[in-house]
Amino acid sequence: MTPDHPASSGRVKKAPENFLSREGIKQVWAESKSGRRDFIRNAFAAAAAGAAVPLATAQGNPVPAEGGDPNILNLPEHATGLGLGVAQDDGYGKPSKYERNVQRRQSPGLTQTTQASVSFAPLQSLFGIVTPSGLHFERHHQGWWDIDPSKHRFMINGMVKKPMVFTMDEIMRLPAVSRFHFIECGANTAVDWGNVAVPTVQYTHGMVSCSEFTGVPLITLLELAGADLKNGKFVLAEGGDGSAMTRTIPMSLILSGEVLVAYGQNGEMLRPENGYPLRLIVPGIQGVSWVKWLRRVEVGDQPYAAKDEAIHYIDLMPDGKHRQYSGIQECKSVVTTPSGGQVLLDKGFYNITGLAWSGKGKIKRVDVSVDGGRNWRAARLETPVLSKALTRFNLDWVWDGKPAIIQSRAQDDTGFVQPTYQQLRAVRGTRSIYHNNAIQSWLVQENGEVKNVQLS
Amino acid sequence: MFNFRKALLASVLLLTGATAAWAQADKYPGLGRQATAKEVAKWDIDVRPDFKGLPAGSGSVAKGQDVWEAKCAHCHGIFGESNEVFSPLVGGTTADDVKNGRVANLSRTDYPGRTTLMKVATVSTLWDYINRAMPWTNPKTLTTDEVYSVVAYLLSLANVVPEDFTLSDANIAEVQKRMPNRNGMTTQHAMWPGNEFKGASKPDTRNVVCMKDCATEPKLASLLPDFARNAHGNLLEQNRMVGQQRGADTSKPEGQVAQAATAPAAPKAESSSASKDAIALLNKHACIACHGVDKKIVGPGFNEVAKKHAGKADYLLGKIRSGGVGVWGQVPMPAQTLPEADAKKIADWIASGASK
Repeated sequence: MTPDHPASSGRVKKAPENFLSREGIKQVWAESKSGRRDFIRNAFAAAAAGAAVPLATAQGNPVPAEGGDPNILNLPEHATGLGLGVAQDDGYGKPSKYERNVQRRQSPGLTQTTQASVSFAPLQSLFGIVTPSGLHFERHHQGWWDIDPSKHRFMINGMVKKPMVFTMDEIMRLPAVSRFHFIECGANTAVDWGNVAVPTVQYTHGMVSCSEFTGVPLITLLELAGADLKNGKFVLAEGGDGSAMTRTIPMSLILSGEVLVAYGQNGEMLRPENGYPLRLIVPGIQGVSWVKWLRRVEVGDQPYAAKDEAIHYIDLMPDGKHRQYSGIQECKSVVTTPSGGQVLLDKGFYNITGLAWSGKGKIKRVDVSVDGGRNWRAARLETPVLSKALTRFNLDWVWDGKPAIIQSRAQDDTGFVQPTYQQLRAVRGTRSIYHNNAIQSWLVQENGEVKNVQLS
Repeated sequence: MFNFRKALLASVLLLTGATAAWAQADKYPGLGRQATAKEVAKWDIDVRPDFKGLPAGSGSVAKGQDVWEAKCAHCHGIFGESNEVFSPLVGGTTADDVKNGRVANLSRTDYPGRTTLMKVATVSTLWDYINRAMPWTNPKTLTTDEVYSVVAYLLSLANVVPEDFTLSDANIAEVQKRMPNRNGMTTQHAMWPGNEFKGASKPDTRNVVCMKDCATEPKLASLLPDFARNAHGNLLEQNRMVGQQRGADTSKPEGQVAQAATAPAAPKAESSSASKDAIALLNKHACIACHGVDKKIVGPGFNEVAKKHAGKADYLLGKIRSGGVGVWGQVPMPAQTLPEADAKKIADWIASGASK
C-alpha cells in the first residue's frame, strides 16, 4: 500500500473467509453457545483433514532395552576431554551452534528492497523480557550505517536561548539513567488486520523488542540550551542517515522526563542497526518516533507533518479520513508458546508463555483462554513488571491432546483491556494498517501443529 | 494592597524559576557549545506546513520532468505510477478532490491502493521529504530549484497544477489550497500522548475482564490456506531445536510432523568468501537497490544476468561502467562510478554464477 511500508504485503494471498465450510461454522457456533467443551474439536476436524496422525514425539524419554539411556551410559567427549579456552570468537561470544534457527527474518514479499524493509524478532524463541541486541527487530527507511562516534554530533536549535552542539563524549559525561522499555513498530501485526496472512508469531508480532536503554533525559539537554518549554509544544527529532528521518515529539512527554537520548542498549552501545551511536527513546510511542542516528532536535510551536506522519504512519478510518499524529501503542499481548508454526511434542504438561505490554503504563493482569475466549484463567506475571516495558506471563496447562484455541488478554494500569478483533474493527475497519492490538488466537490441532487463526 | 503583594511575590517566584531553568547551563560546566549559524543552516532543513524553513526558489513542471526522468523515474516510473520498487505516488485523485480537499476514493473499500497524492494533505511534506531524502541512493543532492521543479512535476501529474506551472516560495501557499486530500486528516483520537491537539481522551474500545462463560466472537474468520503453508520458508528451521515445541516441517504436507520434529537441525552450507565479498560490495555500492541477488527488482536479478552472460566478466565489467538500456527492458541503468577493483570483483562473481 505505502511505498516502503511493511504493511504493503500485496503478495500474501488472502485466506478465504469460507475456508471452513458454512455447515461446519454453523455447527461449531451452535455448540459453542451451548457451552460444549469439545466444540473446537469438531470445528476443525475438517480444516485439519489428513492431519490427525500421531503426536510428535521429539524427545520421548523411554528407557531403552539395554537398561539405560546411552546419553547417560556412554560418557561423551565433553565429559572425557579438554574443552576450549577463554576469549574465543575474537573476544565476543556467540550463541551455541545449536541455536542457529533463532534468527531475525524478513517476511517474504513484504518489500522489494532490503534497505526500506523490516526484519522480525523471533519471539517464539525468546525468554524473559529482554530482546538480545542481535535479535532486535529492524526497520530501516534508507539502509543502515555504522557511524564513527568520534564524528557524530548532536544539535539543538529552534526555540532555544542558545542553539548548541554536543559530541558523544559530552553526552556520555552527563548524568545517565538506565531504563527498560519496549519498542513496537506502529505497523506490528498490520498484515493480519483483515485476515490471517502469516504463519508464526515472528511475522505477526515480531516488530516488538525490549531492551535496557542507557542515556540522558532529553529534558536535561533542552534545559541546557535554554529551550522555551512553555511555547515550544512540539519537538522535531531528526536522524543523521540518508532518510534524515523526522518525527514530531510532544513536549508534554519530554517534560515527563521519559524521553531519552540513548547510547546504551543491554549493557553495551546501541547496535548499528538500532541507531549507533545515538537514538531517541520515546517510551510507549511507536518505533518510528525513536529516531536512530539522532543528529538534531528542534523546538517549535507547531507540528511538522513529516513524511512519516503525513503519508505513512497515518491510520485510515472507515469514513475515508486519516488519523494523523497517532503514536501510542495501546495495551497488547501475545502467547509465544504454543504459537503458530510450532508443534507440541506430546500430550501432558506445558508452560503457556507470552508477552504483554502497554504504551500507557504497567501491565496489571493477563488472562489466558484455551477454548477460544469462553473461559479464562489469570496468568502469572513474572518480575520485573515495568512501565512501558515487555512483561512476561506464564500459565500451567495440561494439554489433553484435543484441539484448543489459545488466546491472551492483557489489561494495563489505566484499566484498559486489550480488545477483540471484532471490537477493534467496529471502530477502525480493516484498512488502517497501524496499531493493531487485537487479541491473537492460536489453534492447537490434534496432531500438535499450531495454526494462526482469527475469530471475529 | 494584599493582592498587590501576592502578585509581586508570584512574579518574583516566576523570575527565580526561569533563572533556575537557565542555570542548568552552569550545572554541567564544560559540556556542549553554541552552534554556529553556519552549522545550524547546514542541518536545519525542515519545512513545516506553514512553510517555515522553506528556502526561496522556483522550478517549472518542464524542468521537473527532466530531473524526474534522470533521477527518479527508474524507481517511480515516468509518471510516478510504478509499483516495481515502491508504491505508486500518483493516481486515484480527481478534479472534484482538488475542489473539495477530500479524496473520495479513500472512502471506497474496493479501491485497490493508496497513492502518495491520495493521502498527503500538506504540500510542505512533499517538498521537505524530497529535499531531505531523495533520490533514494543519493539523498540531499538535489538543488533547491530542482526540488521545486520535481514537486511541480508530481503535482502536475495529478492535475493539481497545470503543465505550464512554475512552483515557487511565493505561490506554494496557493497550491496548498488545491491539495486533493488537504481536509482528509484528523487529530480527534486518543492516540497522541499529550493534549496538544485537544483530541479524544477515551480509547476506541472498551473490552472487559470476563472470566467464565464469556461471549465468544460470533464468526470464525480465517485460517492460513494450505497453499501458503511453506510461503515463509520451512518453519522447522525457524524454531529452537530444544524445548517444549519444535517448528512444523512445512516443506512436507501436514501430518508428517512426527519424524520431522526429531530431525536434527541441518546446518546450512556456508557461503564462499568470494560470494560474501561480492555481496558486501553490492550492498556498499547500492547495486541491490535495483537488482536482487536472486530476483528481479527494477533491473534483472544477478542470477538472471549470470545465466545470460556466464563467463563474460569483461562484458559485464563494461556494462557496469557504462550502464545501458534495452537488454533487459526499457528502464535505463545509469553508468556506475564505483572503484575499478570493486567493479571487477562484482563482474567476476556474476560471470561465475552469482552464487549466494
